[in-house]
Amino acid sequence: MEKLISKYFVPGKTFSLAEFEQDGGYQAARAVFDKFPDPKALVEEVKKSNLRGLGGAGFPAGMKWSLVPQNTGKPVYLVVNADEGEPGTFKDKYILRHVPHLLLEGIIIAAYANNVHKAYIYIRGEYTHPYDMLQKAVKEAYDKGYLGKQIFGREFALDVVVHRGAGAYICGEETGLLESLEGKKGFPRLKPPFPAVVGLFGCPTVINNVETLSYLPYILNRGAEWFAKLGSEKNGGLRLFSVSGHVQKPGVYELPLGVSLREIIYTHAGGIRGDRKLKAVVPGGLSAAIFRADEIDVGMDFDQLRAKNTMAGSAGVIVMDETTCIVKALYVTMRFYGHESCGQCSPCREGTGWVSKILRRVAEGRGRTGDVNNLLDICSFMGGTTICALADGAAMPLRSYIEKFREEFEYYVKHGKSMVDGTALETQTLHDTSHMSHVGS
Amino acid sequence: MDKIFTPELKAKADKIVALYETRRASVLEVLRLVMEHYGHVTIEAEEAVANYLGIAPIDVHEVITFYTLYYTKPKSRVRFNVCRTLSCSLLGGREVLSHLEEKLGLKAGEMHPSGSCSIQAVECLGACELAPMLQLNDDEFIGNLTKEKIDELVKKVM
Repeated sequence: MEKLISKYFVPGKTFSLAEFEQDGGYQAARAVFDKFPDPKALVEEVKKSNLRGLGGAGFPAGMKWSLVPQNTGKPVYLVVNADEGEPGTFKDKYILRHVPHLLLEGIIIAAYANNVHKAYIYIRGEYTHPYDMLQKAVKEAYDKGYLGKQIFGREFALDVVVHRGAGAYICGEETGLLESLEGKKGFPRLKPPFPAVVGLFGCPTVINNVETLSYLPYILNRGAEWFAKLGSEKNGGLRLFSVSGHVQKPGVYELPLGVSLREIIYTHAGGIRGDRKLKAVVPGGLSAAIFRADEIDVGMDFDQLRAKNTMAGSAGVIVMDETTCIVKALYVTMRFYGHESCGQCSPCREGTGWVSKILRRVAEGRGRTGDVNNLLDICSFMGGTTICALADGAAMPLRSYIEKFREEFEYYVKHGKSMVDGTALETQTLHDTSHMSHVGS
Repeated sequence: MDKIFTPELKAKADKIVALYETRRASVLEVLRLVMEHYGHVTIEAEEAVANYLGIAPIDVHEVITFYTLYYTKPKSRVRFNVCRTLSCSLLGGREVLSHLEEKLGLKAGEMHPSGSCSIQAVECLGACELAPMLQLNDDEFIGNLTKEKIDELVKKVM
């Protein structure tokens, strides 16, 4: 299988502008003005490629662009989501770190398609090294005239600003991100209006993920039909799968949409560590519903996974072997949502908080009769009742872990310890900290 | 206000503000600038930022308290932010954290009274391929941690 983006993922290396150009970089962006005198034709081309939103939602990218009104008299903004916060996902970091110019080339193409003259890249605050590499690339592009007042000598201006987040999962949600970019706490907005119409600073806004934009140069160079054919039905191209957990070779694998989960785990990631047996897999980031080992003969694209009641999401594949205690794994998972819920909507704030507390109690061996049913009960009011999808993202693992491994939960509550490893977590107490000073933040 | 925004710092902040459509939009980056200069953001600094940007102090305070990367008190010299989310947890993250806690005589969330070091258990840092991992001093990612590797790291940086 030919590598497209991932061929640049050379350990320790960041491709400079000159090196990137030597490899054919910026050709697509340079040619786009003459090839598509009418930007609408470019939008149509991207539609034909079946490129999907690879941040996780999977919305057809060309379709998203066509929803942006061009007649409001207001500027249109492009916002690049580089917040990459979905646990199990780390692929955008590789693009930012190794080949930031590919992203910039994609940004130029998307800007031209949508008549955008200002783009913001929202990168998570913890990505310090990728931020440095990205800033360096932006400077190189300005110096060379690939960004700025007249890019490639054309009458087309494009400014790019790199903006760092400050540690909040919710800012990966597109409207939470917009709020954050406007200098506020990241409370997601009620939709509609959708950001395409009322987005950043009240203006029409295109929001695309790093990886989505990085495939644009390939689509332009080699054609939409070629790209569409790489993937599966209505799921064009390749995507970057982040594989972690109990595999021999964790890492980023660039494979066609629709590739089987079995192939990802056993062919590419080298199978399970220590030749143990597979127990379960999270297919698309922490918020996706879990699969049992007997469910991995499934095509990894947005539509096939939805048909299996889970999601392709951010393509973060988390693999668990037979030694995994599912109860503890779910506790760790739900603690995440309890910590990251922004607190705006009650079902999410209270739901994720209580679920995480109940699971903590169970994991410590102090579970009560009825806890498992209580968890499912809370789950039932968390989905579909909130402004953004965080609560739905918490409900999916919660319901699926319990439904698929119910006997482990019942055992843990009854016996006060794990069915798998025979232990319980240490009881968390409020230890005496009077002699200590607490960490600043 | 002048006490916080020295002419040099103000010049830097002005450059950041100029990148944005509104002054308020720059608040995350301006706070980061102030924090990088002073080490942490005091309540006085928050007010100075609010004055500088022409927004209400509460708007700055909301930002400071909503996000996790801002220090509002002096931080320790060495900072271990240990990931506790799923992939790290599956590969021994909990044991690695306990070992570090034991080694430094601290619990996660605490700073040594001398200010030499602190431990935080944090959520996913986007480096699950390195699990179990930690971020050192809010910068470098250090992965594939074992007890031995923690011992070496502590020896090296403490």
